[in-house]
Amino acid sequence: MSEATGRVKNGFKDLKKIFGGGQSDVRQFGILFSLIAIIVLFQVLTHGLTLSSGNLVNLISEYSYILILAIGMVMVIIAGHIDLSVGSVAAFAGIVVATSMQSWHFPWPLAILFGLVVGVLIGAWQGFWVAYIGVPAFIVTLAGMLIFRGGNQVIGNANTVPVPQGFTTIGAGYLPEVGPNSGYNNLTVLLGLIVAVAVVGKEWRARRVQEGMGSTPAPLWVSAVKVVLLDAVVIFATLLFAGGRTGTSFPVSGIILGVLVIFYSFVTRNTIFGRHVYAVGGNKLAAELSGVNSRRVNFLVMMNMSVLASLAGMIFVARSVASGPQDGLSWELDAIAAVFIGGAAVSGGIGTVTGSIIGGLVMAVLNNGLQLLGVGSDRVQIIKGMVLLVAVGVDVWNKSQGRPSITGFLTRARRPGTAASQEPAAQIPAGDATGPSRPLVPAP
Amino acid sequence: MSANHTILEMRSITKEFPGVKALADVSICVRAGAIHAICGENGAGKSTLMNVLSGVHPAGSFTGDIIFQGEPVHFRDIASSEAAGIVIIHQELALIPELSITENIFLGNEPTRHGAIDWVSAKKRSIELLARVGLEDDPDTQIKHIGVGKQQLVEIAKALSKSVKLLILDEPTAALNEADSQHLLDLIRGLKGKGISSIMISHKLNEIEQVADSITIIRDGRTIETLNVRQDGVNEDRIIRAMVGRSLESRFPDHTPHIGEVFFEVRDWNVQHPQAAERMVVKNSTITVRRGEIVGLAGLMGAGRTELAMSIFGRSYGNFISGQIFKDGQQIHLRNVSEAIGHGLAYVSEDRKALGLNLIDDVKASIVSAKLTKISAGQVVSATKEFQLSEAYRKSLRIKTPSVDYGVRKLSGGNQQKVVLAKWMFTDPDLLILDEPTRGIDVGAKYEIYGIIQGLAAQGKGVILISSELPELLGLTDRIYTIFEGTITDCIQTEHADPETLMKSMTSAKKKVASK
Repeated sequence: MSEATGRVKNGFKDLKKIFGGGQSDVRQFGILFSLIAIIVLFQVLTHGLTLSSGNLVNLISEYSYILILAIGMVMVIIAGHIDLSVGSVAAFAGIVVATSMQSWHFPWPLAILFGLVVGVLIGAWQGFWVAYIGVPAFIVTLAGMLIFRGGNQVIGNANTVPVPQGFTTIGAGYLPEVGPNSGYNNLTVLLGLIVAVAVVGKEWRARRVQEGMGSTPAPLWVSAVKVVLLDAVVIFATLLFAGGRTGTSFPVSGIILGVLVIFYSFVTRNTIFGRHVYAVGGNKLAAELSGVNSRRVNFLVMMNMSVLASLAGMIFVARSVASGPQDGLSWELDAIAAVFIGGAAVSGGIGTVTGSIIGGLVMAVLNNGLQLLGVGSDRVQIIKGMVLLVAVGVDVWNKSQGRPSITGFLTRARRPGTAASQEPAAQIPAGDATGPSRPLVPAP
Repeated sequence: MSANHTILEMRSITKEFPGVKALADVSICVRAGAIHAICGENGAGKSTLMNVLSGVHPAGSFTGDIIFQGEPVHFRDIASSEAAGIVIIHQELALIPELSITENIFLGNEPTRHGAIDWVSAKKRSIELLARVGLEDDPDTQIKHIGVGKQQLVEIAKALSKSVKLLILDEPTAALNEADSQHLLDLIRGLKGKGISSIMISHKLNEIEQVADSITIIRDGRTIETLNVRQDGVNEDRIIRAMVGRSLESRFPDHTPHIGEVFFEVRDWNVQHPQAAERMVVKNSTITVRRGEIVGLAGLMGAGRTELAMSIFGRSYGNFISGQIFKDGQQIHLRNVSEAIGHGLAYVSEDRKALGLNLIDDVKASIVSAKLTKISAGQVVSATKEFQLSEAYRKSLRIKTPSVDYGVRKLSGGNQQKVVLAKWMFTDPDLLILDEPTRGIDVGAKYEIYGIIQGLAAQGKGVILISSELPELLGLTDRIYTIFEGTITDCIQTEHADPETLMKSMTSAKKKVASK
């Protein structure tokens, strides 16, 4: 209650704001810390191998397609569905694209376009069953998992189909060397600079918007620390990516991933369609009574997932220089795990693109670090399974205790007795399920 | 067992929910071998009282004593009240459609032999039980293949299987037709002859008059009186007077209506039940609304009020059969909700948590959710406009929240309802249909919401107000339609209306004027 506790509490709030921890992002805040902790842990255990140029480049190109799937998957899960078919769809699109280039001699840019069209068609097929017939997505995509896996093996005769050189760029390509020899890859450095400036610009704009709304933004030092921290990470990563073995730099697939993350974060947060996805997943009936066409939303979300799965499939094929019958096996599980570790709710309505990417990175770093340590894939699976279970378990348990998250719990525990003073009227609130509320306005 | 022997006595029951006293000092005394009716308006506290009795609200969550068969009892849950011989049959039947009659009767109470279910004796007993309730169907029939009337009888058979001493029936005939109702009432009377007492909650006063021995009337969570049907010369008017008799003084803000021309009209509206095609839930209904007018729609639960409202609002309920909608003299077609919103209609649903709000959202996102195009350029939602406009509503409606970024789940009922009202005011409607806008809200917030409704009318908007509370309709509206079994039975200027006549039109099918 004293001034001191108030200050401490505000300090914590501001500290959280550095990491974007607002009302709704508390979970993301926690998972971001887990990611940092895991990176530091493996950095120590592998004696610096984790954060080496070669390993980072490897990490990005090896997991970019899973992260691309996670982007589509989080939207599917926010809308209240699931997609089990993504691995098979990726494999199907991969073999179709590879065959189109090998047997029908499509030039590779046309083949990529063709692959995306295949994704649209598959997505329309699955979306049709989910949205307009009303078959649960679990069933539709379970069927799709079988259908498109079989399709892959029929088209490829259960054989591997190689892809030409140009095509491999999207999976195995790097930013080219241009300009003077600086010891670093110039384009990667340029990219890093652009990102670093964008971080500053974004924070500045966010403050302007907040001021425009008439609310007080966090203290300036919070923004400053936030920008400095983020840019330090960006510059550190840039130097690692740009200063690796000659011929390698930032992977093209990483750039595709980055563009998609920015695009879909914007779509989910700032567009009418994005709002409708959350609305349908959060309360379908209320959404429909607000004029949302829930069928259209479900259709588009399922379709989008298959398009991204096709893209992921093509990137994988490009990286492995051939499409095979075992491509994309159990990718759906990695994507779904990433989304749930990233804070999405099984019941729908909750989840973010950035959260899922962080969740995916947790899995990726874990996988990569254990591999570097020479842990067998059998044990890696056990550990990944435990991480998924514990991460979601902790979240569910905390919610059932009325706490937003572990970090929320920790920060709350340090500010005893301040709840009443800080958040006045709304701390009175009525329980959700317990019935009518206590009066907030005295009877006239 | 003498005639005056008391089987159940509930003494000074008081039950509070956060902020609302649902029951205040309610007492009721049921004689053994009697049918005891409980009457009251929707929300008077009847169901809460029965939930207290049956252990849904466990002992300790309320104050007062329950004495059953001369012993004080403390039920922890439904199982313990059933063990004592009190069985409640809810309005929504608790049968499992995919299981057979026998399986349903013994669900949770299966007779076993060496640890396995003894289906032979179960079937034998269910045949006996079915005979007692006058049902001749094969006990292997699946529940979904028998009608609602017979399902109700299976519920009673299930109660009998638990050697019931006191049977509680909540609106037992609400979903039944005339013949099935009569059969059920006869059965209840027959059980009475066999020493099984019943408590019956019903809105159908003629049925109560017919079967009940005594009637307790509850209003606003208090016992008003207990009438002895045979001695007190009870008739429907007498019951209605006790049910609604309360003063209306100063519960409503002052308001002078400025009523304009008729601008909205629904003509000969017919709607079918979405599942049961043979049931018409709205029949040949015609209503008109003038600018600046608050029109009430009075009806008991299940009369078709919500169904009428939702079917007008972009056919969001049932199967549309026929009818026309006119707005400003032009016929309009509202085939879905977004067309309805586009034509300036708004519908505030009766269930704000299930239908009105996405509880995951924050206040600002909720307020703008029904018309995102208003704050968007192309497909992109402007966060600044969202904040500014929702902030304006927060201030003008005095929504109590730390900020518009706050989650609606954490707001009180009254403030959630204000958010829902803001959400629909945000769509700039010409006609607002408000379905039970003050349900579950305390008195203070109610007063504020009344003020908001009057303010909307003062801006020249039309309002259709659906409410189960007659005083609310009488205090707020300019004109009232009554609806009974899907048909508009009357249309009364509010200044000429009183609770008794309204209740009569709400409970009888005799059709008067359809509209003015």
